Amino acid sequence: MAPILQVKDLTKRYGGLTAVNEVSFDVEPNEILSVIGPNGAGKSTIFKLISSFVKPTRGEVTFNGEVISGLAPHTVARKGVVRTFQETTIFKGMTARDSVIVAHHLRSHASLFGFYLGSAAARRDEADFGRSSDEILDFLGLGAVKYEIASNLPQGHLRALGIAIGLAANPKILLLDEPFAGMNADETSRAVEMVRAVRDRGVTLLLVEHDMAAVMKISDRIVVINFGVKIAEGTPAEIRANEKVIEAYLGVEDETIGL
Amino acid sequence: MTPMQRGTRIAGIGAFLVVVFIAVPMAIAAAHRTDLYYTLSSVALLSIASGGVWLTFYIGRINIGQGAFALVGGYVSAILVTAYGLSFWLSLPLAGLFCAAASVLVGLPILRLRGVYFAMVTLVLTEVARLSALALSVTNGAKGITSIPAPGPIGLFGLTIVPAFDTFAERNVAFYFLSVTVMALCFAGLWRLVNSRVGRLFAALRQNEDLASSMGLNVPALRVLAYAISSFLGGVGGAIFVAIAQSIYPSSFTVNDSVNFMLNCFLGGLGYVFGPMLGTLVLYFGWDLLFQTGQYQLLIYSGVMILLILLLPNGLFSLRLPSRRSS
Repeated sequence: MAPILQVKDLTKRYGGLTAVNEVSFDVEPNEILSVIGPNGAGKSTIFKLISSFVKPTRGEVTFNGEVISGLAPHTVARKGVVRTFQETTIFKGMTARDSVIVAHHLRSHASLFGFYLGSAAARRDEADFGRSSDEILDFLGLGAVKYEIASNLPQGHLRALGIAIGLAANPKILLLDEPFAGMNADETSRAVEMVRAVRDRGVTLLLVEHDMAAVMKISDRIVVINFGVKIAEGTPAEIRANEKVIEAYLGVEDETIGL
Repeated sequence: MTPMQRGTRIAGIGAFLVVVFIAVPMAIAAAHRTDLYYTLSSVALLSIASGGVWLTFYIGRINIGQGAFALVGGYVSAILVTAYGLSFWLSLPLAGLFCAAASVLVGLPILRLRGVYFAMVTLVLTEVARLSALALSVTNGAKGITSIPAPGPIGLFGLTIVPAFDTFAERNVAFYFLSVTVMALCFAGLWRLVNSRVGRLFAALRQNEDLASSMGLNVPALRVLAYAISSFLGGVGGAIFVAIAQSIYPSSFTVNDSVNFMLNCFLGGLGYVFGPMLGTLVLYFGWDLLFQTGQYQLLIYSGVMILLILLLPNGLFSLRLPSRRSS
């Protein structure tokens, strides 16, 4: 099967600093692919490059064979490449349900003016969005808290809400930014189940993460980045055995100072 | 919405219309204070412009530039009426539309700024508008445009719906009804906007532009839309103001007015559509009441404002309506 997303020779320089250097990898349809690496390796930059929040210095990202790098973020989202943010980044003042309803924007048939006047198409859209939001919220276990103001929700729920907002935008590929950061083992295993369930809805997932245990458990394939360069790619078992990866994470002996 | 909520809402709207269109004119007649018509018209027009500023707050931008659009709207109407002989009634929407178009051009670049940076640029806009009015020939420089004829009659199929304003014994009564009618229409429009899906998209922008754009919302276009509506209201308010004064000068709307438009929103409450209306009323009369304190007027006024913002950060409306937050 043709890859759904292709990253080709992606390079990003900030002044003299090369944050990402000629990174290439493919994402296959309906797989869970994780991009991992030590802090400051360039994971987040890759994430921003794919979602087009940042323009690459060189190289390109293609989605279903179409170049998407350089387009406006909302255009990229419209094509089906949707990113989520870390848990602090949600619509804080809205209820969980309203946030998800707003995120259905891409599915609307009515125009803004239609929504203003309350046209038939707009009323149909509103009803559809409400139903679909309830379904998504139930699916991610947020049914009981959907009328809570988002900023009052505990962290685990916030993470789920972030994914719910992403799903509402009808993604073909969903980019998750550190979905397991700051979670204990219990919360992580629940979140892992959630991500798998999202994949089972037919959504391809690209994760940026540094929780190794979770990544090993969940990923079909892993891409490892260090100092902006891809140093390994493969299944979790292959990555676990890869010497370069072990080196990047633990350091080689003569570089280890006093530990 | 439950039937009961609907009932309270209809009662509220009814009460408001009765007060504005019947009770106030009756009270003024009883007290022989026809001068209040002018004052209350001013309050109505200022609150239209403040309503626009409120909408830019709603998308998360501090707008201290509404004076510019009030001035531009006033000039557009004045020029159309005096130089081109257009009816005031046609010039009114055209003034609003001109301001909306101008705000699209200005807004596209400056709405990329946030926080104090956007606020500072809008503050400068008011000065830019004043200096342009001074320099241009079409605005007649410092001499301004004077002797603007009063609004003519509106007829439809040979029937006169609104008589020419000159035929009224007390012109200001006509202007009062014009001002409060336009105010009621503008706020009804704003209320509908905020409570429709468009308003929810605007609120999403205020809370998180990055997340909104990753959900596929065209953030720059929505921001400009809100700003254009805001400026339209500024232009309409300014145009009627000029019709009342029958003259306009570069100093008709200054930075002071821009700041006041913003304060009206703060005072009424940023979470309530009708906040700017209440804020304008209280601020306008509050300032006048303090006139007797002479040299201490500004001191007391500023002190009270600081206290109000500290004690009532959500505005005066939060005192009465804790459960009716519209955001």
